Amino acid sequence: MDELLLRELTPAVIGVLVRRGVDFATAEDAVQEALVQAASSWPDGQPADPKGWLVTVAWRKFLDARRSEASRRDREERLAVEPPPGPTESADDTLQLFFLCAHPSLTPASAVALTLRAVGGLTTRQIAQAYLVPEATMAQRISRAKRTVGDVRFGEPGDPATVRRVLYLIFNEGYTGDVDLAAEAIRLTRQLASITDDEETAGLLALMLLHHARRPARIRSDGDLVALAEQDRSRWDTSLIAEGVAILQKALGRDNLGEFQAQAAIAALHADAPRAEETDWVQIVGWYDELLRLTGSPVVALNRAVAVGEADGPAAGLAALATVDPGLPRHTAASAYLHEKSGDLATAARLYADAARTAPNLAELHHLTRQAARISQVLRG
Amino acid sequence: MAKYLLLKHYRGAPEAVNDVPMGEWTPEEIDDHVQYMNDFADRLRSTGEYVDSQALSPEGTFVRYDGEGRPPVTDGPFAETKDLIAGWMVIDVDTYERALALAGELSAAPGAGGEPIHEWLELRPFLGAAPTVSE
Repeated sequence: MDELLLRELTPAVIGVLVRRGVDFATAEDAVQEALVQAASSWPDGQPADPKGWLVTVAWRKFLDARRSEASRRDREERLAVEPPPGPTESADDTLQLFFLCAHPSLTPASAVALTLRAVGGLTTRQIAQAYLVPEATMAQRISRAKRTVGDVRFGEPGDPATVRRVLYLIFNEGYTGDVDLAAEAIRLTRQLASITDDEETAGLLALMLLHHARRPARIRSDGDLVALAEQDRSRWDTSLIAEGVAILQKALGRDNLGEFQAQAAIAALHADAPRAEETDWVQIVGWYDELLRLTGSPVVALNRAVAVGEADGPAAGLAALATVDPGLPRHTAASAYLHEKSGDLATAARLYADAARTAPNLAELHHLTRQAARISQVLRG
Repeated sequence: MAKYLLLKHYRGAPEAVNDVPMGEWTPEEIDDHVQYMNDFADRLRSTGEYVDSQALSPEGTFVRYDGEGRPPVTDGPFAETKDLIAGWMVIDVDTYERALALAGELSAAPGAGGEPIHEWLELRPFLGAAPTVSE
């Protein structure tokens, strides 16, 4: 059975039911049930028309649900066995679903869960496993999200920027369970890029591809992370890099810069360096300047200071860092790095140890602790 | 999303405002306290923020490796140990502010006289997965 095909068909099938007049929440439930049935019956022989099969089964699930609801209420209700004529299928059903699932009224966590289920076609169990929460918790999160968007009209104009933020969250939170969330985010972003044709969505897709290309070199056999400068670059996926760069160049050529394009440009410059020492830090600083202008984000200012340290030397980097809020996460780690480069090993060792205490994840905690240990060893002679 | 541990101490936390030992409460006060805790967990289940909660026995044993081919050494319990964990709840929330608000709510569980205990709970973030985008 082709699980990916099933998942790719999910938004279109939901779209068919919604255009027949079924509300989104009910349609989504019916399609999810049809997916479960397909998962058990398709292995014995996939239907010739998979989408038609899913529509028929999802429609039947919907009627069953209506009937049992009607009988619960002990009320006679004439049910249309034949679907009412609806408008003909529209190509932007998937886009409408993207907008609905990323609706601004949803919290980020709800938008992520709803997008993965209604557009991604993942089961609640798979999403729960990916985010390491009980299945019942994820089920509640999803049904609450569906209630939140219950009054939103399907077809209401949406903003692709909200969808991009949700897809970026899915990508950036990585992968923990048996579902590869990074790959799923790329698949969904491809889908969005193919229907929206805007520069920033292309920029986001390029950014994801360029980072995904490094994945084989980024994770050690023990699960810890390898810093960018220490990665074995021969293990980077060159075809993903080539695709990411091509998509980015086309987007940049349309001269409508946004933050994802600028971030992708930085990733592309790293990808372009055969060895870490050959990185074009001057150009990278230029892109951080653009990114800072576009976002005003203090996190960008912090990353920019590190890049300045590479381009113009550690003293310039520390001067740039001095203008950044010291309370930011990773400020101490950046300061430790720049102090080491400037030759002030004692300060660097102390700052690395401080940074390790506030590391936001285990991989960074291990990395920073190793840095502190390495410098302390040098200092001991 | 980020996961947080709400840690409840038998000992080791600063003194609560309504600091009457549970053994001196009335049975009704204990019922009300348990009900409050259960309702709190149910509410988090319904908002999709609940991950886990467990209570621990006050008494345990210290165990350590004692060399190849030898059984582990056990010791304790140590009555004088300063810090003693009573139990925990794990939540998965959108923001740190939400985690603070929930911890505050849990600390308001009723104790003696039906008044909030104002118990100190320790809020500890989980070390999550590293983000994919690193620069």
